[in-house]
Amino acid sequence: MADVAFQQGRVAGIGSKRKRSSLRAALKRKSAAAFLMTLPLILLISILVLYPAFYSLHLATLNKSMSRFVGLGNFEFLFKRETFWLVVRQSCIFAISAVIFKALIGFIVAHFVHNVPAKGQRKWRGMLLVPWVIPPAMSTLAWLWLFDPSYSAFNYTLSFFGIGPIAWTGDPDWARFSVILVNVWYGAPFFMIMYLASLKSVPEQLYEAAAIDGANWWQRIWYVTLPMMRNIIAITTLFSLIVTFANFDIVRILTAGGPLDHTHIFATWAFRVGIEGSDIPLGASVSLFMVPILAIAAIFILRDVNKRGNEA
Amino acid sequence: MSRRKLTRRQFVAATALSSAALITAPYVRSAHAAGKLTMGFWDHWVPGANKASTDLVNEWAEKEKVEVSIDYITSQGNKNLLTIAAEAQAKSGHDILAIPTWWAHANSELLEPVNDIMGPIIAENGEVNDTVKYLGQSEGKWLGVPATIGSQIKGPCTRIDLMKKYAGIDVQEMYPAGSPPKADNWTLDTFLKAAEACQKGGFPFGIGLGETTDSVDTCGAIFQSFGAQLVDAKGNLTVKTDAVRQALDYYKKLIAFLPPDVAAWDDASNNKWLVSGRGALIMNPPSAWAVAKRDAPQVAEQCWTHGFPAGPKGRFAPFLPYFWSTWSFSRNKEAAKSLLVHLSKPASIEKMVVASGGYDLPSFQKLTTLKVWAEEGPPKGTLYHYPNPYNHQTLSIATSPAPPKVAQQIYAQATLTKMCLRYYQGETMERTLAWAEGECEGFMRT
Repeated sequence: MADVAFQQGRVAGIGSKRKRSSLRAALKRKSAAAFLMTLPLILLISILVLYPAFYSLHLATLNKSMSRFVGLGNFEFLFKRETFWLVVRQSCIFAISAVIFKALIGFIVAHFVHNVPAKGQRKWRGMLLVPWVIPPAMSTLAWLWLFDPSYSAFNYTLSFFGIGPIAWTGDPDWARFSVILVNVWYGAPFFMIMYLASLKSVPEQLYEAAAIDGANWWQRIWYVTLPMMRNIIAITTLFSLIVTFANFDIVRILTAGGPLDHTHIFATWAFRVGIEGSDIPLGASVSLFMVPILAIAAIFILRDVNKRGNEA
Repeated sequence: MSRRKLTRRQFVAATALSSAALITAPYVRSAHAAGKLTMGFWDHWVPGANKASTDLVNEWAEKEKVEVSIDYITSQGNKNLLTIAAEAQAKSGHDILAIPTWWAHANSELLEPVNDIMGPIIAENGEVNDTVKYLGQSEGKWLGVPATIGSQIKGPCTRIDLMKKYAGIDVQEMYPAGSPPKADNWTLDTFLKAAEACQKGGFPFGIGLGETTDSVDTCGAIFQSFGAQLVDAKGNLTVKTDAVRQALDYYKKLIAFLPPDVAAWDDASNNKWLVSGRGALIMNPPSAWAVAKRDAPQVAEQCWTHGFPAGPKGRFAPFLPYFWSTWSFSRNKEAAKSLLVHLSKPASIEKMVVASGGYDLPSFQKLTTLKVWAEEGPPKGTLYHYPNPYNHQTLSIATSPAPPKVAQQIYAQATLTKMCLRYYQGETMERTLAWAEGECEGFMRT
């Protein structure tokens, strides 16, 4: 018995010593220090992002008066609504076309800026970033005046050429065009700056080798530039797709979803249903509809990026 | 460090002494003895109008020894609606909150009944109209006190000169300042003819068909003039009725005489239309006229606010009341009710109406003939008929009498204006009605 007791005490003593030293070692580890330093941010994100996200999930499972759990009943209800599918279709048209044009314009402009001599390049970069740094709520107000139904500056200018007046925000097709145009105007500089950074990191030797092999301008882009930019294109596209699907301010200010709901996207319709219509659970369901779809897209795109990173 | 020990005997003596001191000490009433009260009032667009409510609150606070704090919350960008939703979710917020139209019913379970103060207020100020009862009462429970600030009628504001010149109608003669209206001939048919004449003259009526409240309110009043309801008071669908068909046919004719871009109009568009001098009539409270007084005085002096045209089922005008409500979780309900009584005194109401230049409307019958409406100008008497002093028209809200929680959905989704636009743009009547019926079915969910 005595032996056993002695053995136990010894083990416990060694254990606590080990514990203390392992704690000290853990704190000395870089990863532990990094974790501690990011802890405030993690807490902040938990409070400002995770809590609201889970709360909206909870709201989406309640009935209209928020007194009863209905599971997926709100989604079931939405799937039967004509307007909901109109909103789904419009959100897809809005986000996909806006991202394509932003990427295309960003890519072209990045090439132009890349070819500007280094001395003047900074000015161009600064000027081209202006749309992206102005808060969109403010710049969209300026666009609203340009598109104003009765006093549009565009229509005034077009009238000198015998064109118009165009119902920029009054006709469903023109209204869709207008909101996409403003989104492209606002978001293209982000693509431009990302692509420009990526272009600058493509080694010059690759272009020289391609030139020696007799590659023309298009072949250089197709076989050198694009493969080298693939990861950045994938990440910017994913990021922009998520942000554009969640857009609110541009549509809300420019058309408020009209005419005849033809420019509503998820966020604006969620606001209309949830806040203006006092049906918060349904509004939460509308805004959560895209989460699984975007999450799956994000997993695939990021997995691809990771794979290419490992190959490199 | 030495520590002095407290003996048991000393402890008992000290406790007894302090208790005695507390009990026998004289009660000193401090400046804020009755606690704190917080208010979220609607931020008035009329410069200086907030001061009237601040002064009234301070006057009451001084007398009642309550510490008060007022937040003026704008309705720009629906900030006030967001505040209501946030406070309802958090179960915490202002003790008194300005709640527009539908939001009293939307939060009825969370609002403190104010029946105990509404009785005396009505006894002093007169009865309230049916729209106030419809929006402010739930199962006999008053959800708030009708607020003067922000409440409005959205009747026609007409250009005297243009209407006379193109449509041959003298609106001042029809609605003379200081005497009852002589508007028997002011019907929807006359209105349509006038709209056509003014459009041909190059000054179309500025009536929006967008999804914001001004468009929906006008549409609602015209539908009610035909007796058209999408959902009746019992919650039955009544979309496919002759009355709704008649209202849609009427609107189809009317839209042809409106500016071509009305589908994109918001609540600012009609104001701009009048102030810029491009239109002969808009449907709005006197805010557009007030802006014209500042920016285009030559337009303002030709404006006359008056009653709605009558339809086959009566003369209806949109009335949008605000309520001052108290949450059931408010910490100082008694003080809140006391302040609401003070704000509802005839003298307080008159102060607020005067500060708003006649824009704010009391909901009470005895208070529709205040001096301010007779005196405001130019032209003098332009607002005389704005508060409906002769009960010449029925004050209503679009989509009523549907149960308020259903009506709110029809209103917020602008189903009425969408129906008119769809039908005007070439959709068949039956397809439009079927679409509207489907929408209303969805709004019935509980």
